[in-house]
Amino acid sequence: MRDAAADTLTLVYLARLREAFGVGSERILPPAGIDTVAALRAWLAARGGAWAAELAPGRAVRIAVNHDLAEPDTRVRAGDEVALFPPVTGG
Amino acid sequence: MPVRVQAEDFDVARELDALRAGDRSVGAVAAFIGTVRDVNENAHVATMTLEHYPGMTEKALAAIVDAAKSRWNIVDALVIHRVGALKPADQIVLVGVTSAHRGEAFAACEFIIDYLKTRAPLWKKEHTGEGARWVEARATDDDAAARWQVPTEPAA
Repeated sequence: MRDAAADTLTLVYLARLREAFGVGSERILPPAGIDTVAALRAWLAARGGAWAAELAPGRAVRIAVNHDLAEPDTRVRAGDEVALFPPVTGG
Repeated sequence: MPVRVQAEDFDVARELDALRAGDRSVGAVAAFIGTVRDVNENAHVATMTLEHYPGMTEKALAAIVDAAKSRWNIVDALVIHRVGALKPADQIVLVGVTSAHRGEAFAACEFIIDYLKTRAPLWKKEHTGEGARWVEARATDDDAAARWQVPTEPAA
């Protein structure tokens, strides 16, 4: 048996994005060619609705891969945990 | 344990005593305490909810403390950030820094809170008489954090 977690990407949505999407996390099978943070963001935005609105180019969205802040060209691989969230407002 | 994210309140005096306990090289303790205001952007804030990203928040705070320790000659540093439901006047965050002399403690304390506000995954949601709203990030916080950046090349 193959380990399902090793094949999937775990997506985590926080704060305003969690509320807008109506979901806190999900597991997806990464589609072919979706191997960077920028590609993943565009792929999620193509879902339309709140996804398109919140992830539109120009909207301030922070993305972390395995708990480290990522850049648009950061690689995304099966088994990773990728979190999307608005600019932070703690303190 | 230099970094904690918790729902419970904290006792500032006890935390700062513990931070400097047993180290007689400490001659200065600087602390910043952030609290909940009752008014923000002209709306009365009844309660506030703090959300974090378990795992990453602690990691980000620890990285900020490590950066302060490598940049200034401080003895130790502590960050406690609360999450969950808070009300006006409640304590949100404590940053404590110990050093031999005050200058390093003041600078490192201010650096830690400035970086926390722009880099640690924490989000405030305010509940006001007009409904709930997520607090927007402030450009002034980015400016405050940018003051600490070390130029990587000579200014033109």
